Amino acid sequence: MAAVTDQVDVPRAPAMRKTPKGTFDIVFRNASFGSALLVLVLLAGIMASMIIGGWPAFREMGLGFITSSIWDTQNDQYGAWPAIVGTLTTAFLALLIGVPLSLGIAVFLTQLAPPWFKQPVSTAIELLAAVPSIIYGMWGLFVFVPLFAAYVQQPVSRVVEGMPIVGTILYAASPSGLGILSAGIILAFMIIPFIASIVRDMLDQIPSVLRESAYGIGATTWEVVRHVLVPQAGVSIIGACMLGLGRALGETMAVTFVVGNANRLSSSIMDPGSTIASRIANEFNEAIGLQLNALIALGCILFFVTFVVLVIARILVSRVKAF
Amino acid sequence: MRKIILVAAATFGLAGFAQAADITGAGATFPFPIYAKWAEAYKKETGIGLNYQSIGSGGGIRQIKSKTVDFGASDMPLKGEDLEKDGLLQFPAVMGALVPAINIAGIEARQLKFTGPILSAIYQGEIKKWNDPKLTALNPGLKLPDANITVVYRSDGSGTTFVWTDYLSRVSPEWKSKIGANTSVQFPVGVGGKGNEGVSASVKQIANSIGYVEYAYAKQNKLSYGLIENRDGKFPMPDDSSFQAAAANANWNEAPGFGIILNNQPGAEAWPITSATFILMHKKAEKPEQSKAALAFFDWAFKNGDKLATDLEYVPMPANVKDQIRASWKGIVDASSKPIF
Repeated sequence: MAAVTDQVDVPRAPAMRKTPKGTFDIVFRNASFGSALLVLVLLAGIMASMIIGGWPAFREMGLGFITSSIWDTQNDQYGAWPAIVGTLTTAFLALLIGVPLSLGIAVFLTQLAPPWFKQPVSTAIELLAAVPSIIYGMWGLFVFVPLFAAYVQQPVSRVVEGMPIVGTILYAASPSGLGILSAGIILAFMIIPFIASIVRDMLDQIPSVLRESAYGIGATTWEVVRHVLVPQAGVSIIGACMLGLGRALGETMAVTFVVGNANRLSSSIMDPGSTIASRIANEFNEAIGLQLNALIALGCILFFVTFVVLVIARILVSRVKAF
Repeated sequence: MRKIILVAAATFGLAGFAQAADITGAGATFPFPIYAKWAEAYKKETGIGLNYQSIGSGGGIRQIKSKTVDFGASDMPLKGEDLEKDGLLQFPAVMGALVPAINIAGIEARQLKFTGPILSAIYQGEIKKWNDPKLTALNPGLKLPDANITVVYRSDGSGTTFVWTDYLSRVSPEWKSKIGANTSVQFPVGVGGKGNEGVSASVKQIANSIGYVEYAYAKQNKLSYGLIENRDGKFPMPDDSSFQAAAANANWNEAPGFGIILNNQPGAEAWPITSATFILMHKKAEKPEQSKAALAFFDWAFKNGDKLATDLEYVPMPANVKDQIRASWKGIVDASSKPIF
């Protein structure tokens, strides 16, 4: 922090430098300030246009826009509830599957992996983060979904049929492989690289003296991870998860391919559903009139949810950067 | 800095020149393959290219209304009053047909028979299994499995969905009152696939599924498909002759802008789910030479494009309808109210 302030003070100190370089400095400063301002203007512009575009739908439907489950383009009745639930459920499932795996990867890479193995795995994880989401979608639809239908959905449905609770949550009426759970699993694959690499960096930042002291008093690897590393990096791990959640909430193409795209609410996570992003991707091309407003209003809701999640993530991550 | 501006100006200038010569269009995805094929052949003959963006019928209607393209394309015909309101002229360009694609082990293409009410009941989730008494009664020779039917539909808004749901509305009053016909509707059961590719992929992968796709897609993807009882109680084979039979008896002047839907037409030979796809242009041409170029393109396509269309499983417009369409083009005028074509 100190170094940054020093740099800012430098041009001010010698007053005699009134060469053309001074004008360049002013131009440069204004230009960079303008670039920074542009981001804020863009954000405000996007927010304003979403609210204006979605306003007719909010006005027409009122609170019912959020609570209603009817999405009827015939009679111009729009309710976002199934899409909101689908978005939250898929993102939650993605975290449920993705977070433990990511933590495992990060702990393994920083604490356990032999050096010759560490580098290739780290690179592979970064490469995974760079795979375009449409590739995950195609792979999901053509490779994952048929296998999931044959080896998970159908056997599980046969076992749980008729049971209380699990018979509802895990029973697939038509075992097609497409559904909320499939979308959650694909999303988990997509957020693992993000969470794993952030957590790995966080664990690397922890002063090694802490770890060594713990080993010194006879702690096992598990005890070091559980009682030293996790408490030290705790809040930033939550922040990393929130960043992953932000991605999972807004992911569009991959989810559209595997979620089944049904505009209905189902009590089973094996059944097809839809998310806000997939609904917009599906209908935006052909939407006219109030349907278009309703889709923009959906975008507005997603924008709001993602914004809140990211703000929380920022606060949590920055708090730990202090040490 | 000046250099950058010069380069930018030169780039934009060049882009401007290149676009001036080409015809621009946007809209329906269903006729995209044939428009692309026609455009390729037309460019070879005349040097004039067509830049067609298959962004969907709704997008095509939006773009022609905002005048960003020379023509818009839609699978769903606009109503007379809408055409009037926006000063648009509408005409059909080419026709196509839908088939119910199926994936049932041991059942080949053209073996399984459906009726309109049975398809409607399947898509409403009332017929749940392939060995439902209604299906077995209609198909006495076939061994239908005791398996749940997985219904597949288009999840994106699409002219294909409009044609399919319009057909179901015509054959089932229940469908008409509960669900209706539109480019996207609230299907009570099933899974949605994005695009024709999405539906074909889902039907191919999900055992015991049924979906609706253009005949061309079913053929290209080697999907199995069923036959449908037509209005005269016959089960015609889906091919050129049955598609053309559907168009032959239609009264094209029934709606403004030839805006009729060819579903469930009379005729023993007529395939029951057939439809035309439409072109939209402004009656008052703001860029007369561009509109003229677009009309010249469709005139050429009507004259020389039939073979290319049938090769891709599309159905060319009947000759007498083509003449009526050409006559309707007199309605497109320039600033001095003179017909441009």
